[in-house]
Amino acid sequence: MTTSTSSRVADIFTRYEQPILEDWLREQLAALTARQDLISEADLRRQSAEFLALFIPACRVGSFTDITTPEWKIVLAFLADVSRSRALLGFSPSETATVVFSLKQPLFARLRQELGADVETLADALWDATVLLDKLGLYTTEVFLKSREDIIKRQQAEMLELSTPVVKLWDGVLAVPLVGTLDSARTQIVMEGILQSIVDTGSSMAIVDITGVPIVDTLVAQHLLNTVFAAKLMGAQCIISGIRPQIAQAMVHLGVEFGSVVTKATLADALAYAFQQIGVVVTKQAPHA
Amino acid sequence: MDQIPILQVGEFLLVSIQVDMHDRLALSLQDDLTTQVVKTRAKGVLIDISSLEIVDSFIGRMLGNMASITQVLGAHAVVVGMRPAVAITIVELGLSLTNVRTALNVDKGMALLRTLVKQAGDKGSHGPFEK
Amino acid sequence: MGPLRSETLPLRTDEDVLRVRQTVRAWMVEQAFTVVEQTMMVTATSELARNTVVYGGGGSAGLELLADSGHHGIRVTFEDQGPGIADIGQALKDGFTTGAGLGLGLGGSKRLVDEFEIWSETGKGTRVTITKWKKN
Repeated sequence: MTTSTSSRVADIFTRYEQPILEDWLREQLAALTARQDLISEADLRRQSAEFLALFIPACRVGSFTDITTPEWKIVLAFLADVSRSRALLGFSPSETATVVFSLKQPLFARLRQELGADVETLADALWDATVLLDKLGLYTTEVFLKSREDIIKRQQAEMLELSTPVVKLWDGVLAVPLVGTLDSARTQIVMEGILQSIVDTGSSMAIVDITGVPIVDTLVAQHLLNTVFAAKLMGAQCIISGIRPQIAQAMVHLGVEFGSVVTKATLADALAYAFQQIGVVVTKQAPHA
Repeated sequence: MDQIPILQVGEFLLVSIQVDMHDRLALSLQDDLTTQVVKTRAKGVLIDISSLEIVDSFIGRMLGNMASITQVLGAHAVVVGMRPAVAITIVELGLSLTNVRTALNVDKGMALLRTLVKQAGDKGSHGPFEK
Repeated sequence: MGPLRSETLPLRTDEDVLRVRQTVRAWMVEQAFTVVEQTMMVTATSELARNTVVYGGGGSAGLELLADSGHHGIRVTFEDQGPGIADIGQALKDGFTTGAGLGLGLGGSKRLVDEFEIWSETGKGTRVTITKWKKN
């Protein structure tokens, strides 16, 4: 599209800004992409008007084929905001991208109306306009997906904190009941936490209970053992409890070296061992009436 | 070049390594400590590494040496305060410090030394410099 | 994309080893690497820097701050024109001896970092490059 055609196109958009807005709104609301449960018509109108107010001037000065140029920055920033807030509100990626795509019909209608007589110019204009809107639509999808990723990461971190509490069983005895699937990354974080808790609480015994862990692969087993060795270097003892028979078999088959690592079948056994190590004796008395 | 101070606390020596040591400093510490153990007839040595952010193979070997030398001189050595990140790194590095006794902190380290000294006394074992 | 920042430090003396360690740590603190990541990388740096000084007859350490699709990384290249390592495979396998053995700490250092590259030729020299990426 020649520059003279570009400016003609931009002129057409400018002239018909209001009708384009109305048509576009109608398209959005009709396409059930409006999700009136998530965004009100008034907000949608405001958002759409704001977008057009940025989009149309950018068409005038910016390239239709390259949205990375500075002229499009403010439009992209606006779209990024819309995308991110839609991701948070619970819209789907295509619902969000369709916002941009549904602008095609209103724009094309006006182009056909004004350039209809000149078929070649019309074809060029339609092509470039569609390329532009496709790029903008894809951009919103990218931003949307990145936001979703960030949300997921944040939630994962929160879940990680919740699911690995370090519990003080007794003066100098910590317990960490692990539950769920352990992947290498999670195990490492948990292990670092245990070692830090040992220092913070001055506990010379820590029990890692894996009763609630269905599968332990070699990598996780190695991390567990490394934690035991690291604790020993620091002057504390880390013992592992809750090793189910299948896991014990699997680890032996995998050739995991246990050596001097103390393991107990149950947390109760581990606690008894810990008491023995630190010199705590439990006596039974007649229970209270 | 700074020297790492060695304090006498009763029949024990306390070394607190506060600075990032270059190799020469580590070696001179080893020498100083050996000299002091003999001079003061110390029964135990407490090495506090709670300020050490890095323990590489050289420092690791030095700690191991200090423990061995102390033992040969008839005393006990305990290393305290190793940081979690350091412990994790040493394990990953594959450094073996099996001959070094460790405790979580100075308090526990002192208690351990006292126990070790008492046990040695009870057993009637004598180092080369004891009467 | 080229490095965001780079600096070359000499490795001839004990103090040089210290300086390289401290500079690597400073860069990593600035980029908010975790304490464990810092400790591992600085320890590997210490091992390799010492090798350069003690076995390589002195050389240099080239530090680079990298960026790769949103992730930051730190890379250190140790270079010397020393005698070189005859059998790299063996050297990588050698563990540490508690005595004053040769234990080059290469195998151990490799485990502490994310990327490890080594080139060595007897009579020509040695070059080891280690990289640690920030997991964010």
